Amino acid sequence: MSHPALSIPAFAVPHAITPLLEVQDLQVHFGSKPAVRGISFTVHEGETLALVGESGSGKSMTALSVMGLLPDGGRASGTIRFAGRDTSTLSPAARRALRGGEIGMIFQEPMTSLNPVMTIGAQIVEALRQHQPLSRTAAKARALELIDLVRIPDPKRRFQDYPHQLSGGMRQRVMIAMAVACGPRLLIADEPTTALDVTIQAQVLELLDRLRRDLSMAVLLITHDLGVVGQWADRVAVMYAGRKVEEGDPSALFALPLHPYTQGLLRASPRLDDAQHYTQGPLTEIPGSIASAAGQDGCAFAPRCPQAVAACRAAVPSLRILESGRKVACPLAHQD
Amino acid sequence: MKRHLPRLARIAGHAGLRALPTAIGIVILGFFLLQQAPGDAVDVLSGESGGLSTEAAAALRHHAGLDQPVLSQLAAYLTGLAHGDLGWSARFNVPVTSLILQRLPGSLLLSGTALVVSVLAGAALGALMAAREGSWADRGLSVAALLFYSLPSFWISLMLIVVFSIHLGWLPSGGSQTIGGPEGGLAGLLDHARYMVLPVTSLSLFYIAIYARLVRVAMIEARAQDYVRTARAKGLSESRILIRHILRNALLPLTTVAGMHLGGMLGGGVVVETVYGWPGLGRLAYESVIGRDFRVLLGILLLSSLLVIVANALVDILQGLLDPRVGVSHAA
Repeated sequence: MSHPALSIPAFAVPHAITPLLEVQDLQVHFGSKPAVRGISFTVHEGETLALVGESGSGKSMTALSVMGLLPDGGRASGTIRFAGRDTSTLSPAARRALRGGEIGMIFQEPMTSLNPVMTIGAQIVEALRQHQPLSRTAAKARALELIDLVRIPDPKRRFQDYPHQLSGGMRQRVMIAMAVACGPRLLIADEPTTALDVTIQAQVLELLDRLRRDLSMAVLLITHDLGVVGQWADRVAVMYAGRKVEEGDPSALFALPLHPYTQGLLRASPRLDDAQHYTQGPLTEIPGSIASAAGQDGCAFAPRCPQAVAACRAAVPSLRILESGRKVACPLAHQD
Repeated sequence: MKRHLPRLARIAGHAGLRALPTAIGIVILGFFLLQQAPGDAVDVLSGESGGLSTEAAAALRHHAGLDQPVLSQLAAYLTGLAHGDLGWSARFNVPVTSLILQRLPGSLLLSGTALVVSVLAGAALGALMAAREGSWADRGLSVAALLFYSLPSFWISLMLIVVFSIHLGWLPSGGSQTIGGPEGGLAGLLDHARYMVLPVTSLSLFYIAIYARLVRVAMIEARAQDYVRTARAKGLSESRILIRHILRNALLPLTTVAGMHLGGMLGGGVVVETVYGWPGLGRLAYESVIGRDFRVLLGILLLSSLLVIVANALVDILQGLLDPRVGVSHAA
């Protein structure tokens, strides 16, 4: 073979301080309805940032905005910088070069995210040849390596298979192979394991974690599963109703959640080591629903918040940076 | 391709197994139905010639086998069929096979061309409508499609003749070639083509309308699929996404429907062939009904049912080629 097996392109890091991805005051609207209401975050080279929140919190729309793949009718404002470049100033061709080239993305629905009438080999080859000047044979050889890389047995036979011949977990591995085909610097994983069996979930997450080390990628992990965050993320940002409410180191954040929403979220997740195990009593829940945030002045969580005071409903609380580096958008939160 | 062969062979095998009983059933059912029609070929001949003597009529009936009991007529017909003999036309006094073979090419040419034209035009218009969804072009074409879908083909045929043959004088109003015109070669072909424009248009408009609406919906549905988002996430260009990912999936329903329509087009040719005096099976069928020439009619019935069966088998195989999921459920 003429090319090295899945070599990682040696990127010259221009300024070590420049984050790989920098999102500033991102807002997404569908008509007059806001889905994301001004979120800012950064992802550094090689880092895994988990974006956590319940359905409707705007985490998927944030991810799609970074890719420039918002569904019809969605408008994004704010700035998204990738490797120092403002993506809104890029030409359509340059944006396409970014998608699948420098930024790979995998989706929540492995069952429907692959084209049913193309072999998985053809779909991986298509991703490769879009961004790299490879001959057919070279692209095929590389695709076989990728299938092997995502731990699918018997790559030669699987190359010829159609998506319907593969299980959900296998399909998600194919999606991952496609997303990392061109050695991206950032991988966006939008609920990559939600649709999979629990046993498969761990395998896929392990695979993602290994790949990000081997290929030195940064990962933006979108999830609602706090267990996933604790184990795989370097940093976690909690979203509620289109805003970031808390951000910090996962172990510190789980040990001492400061925002009432994060506290509620953690209380609502069953944990084996918890004294109050769900077999012994009802699960705690956060009363109300995220829909109450619509048209709400001030803190979006106030209608569901047990600690809310009058001031919470007057103005949107700003994100404070505490001494420990924790960021929290609640005026009542304080580190003791 | 090699991996597809067993699956495609299985699809073809299923179609073949179904074909024989279907064809026999159609023949027997058709035979009894036609017996119910009042009068026979001899009655018609007698009426046309201004009256036959009872003896002459009886002799003609005996010659055509029409004086036999119905069941023995059927038995004789089926025996003939088993030997590849479609019987004898009581009206024209020639074998049915030669009558049909004489008309078959004309019909196949007309319906085949109409099918190709309607699939191509329907797919193109449907794709255009989907691309401009909600625009004035989309709405205008939708209304036009609805119009051509509901207008009867004889009326469209007559209006086309009025406009293009009578007022504009651009195209001939009937027939299949200029009498004494060029034979063979490019000139002959062009002459033939000129005579085909109006019949093909009349036959196609209805199907174009159906296909355009079908493809429009299929495209709008296909492009909202998750795999199209995946294709975008790969950084593919819009044209590549359209051709490789959207169109290929959106055209699947079109192949099913168009295949089923091939039989309908052969049958629907009756009106168009009659209006334009096109020498095809449809007109032969019409003439046979008027002349009570039941053997010819049965022959046409059998032939068109065979064509429909073959067309359906071809569609099944084509679908198997286009969609890898087809024919999988039968696999043990």
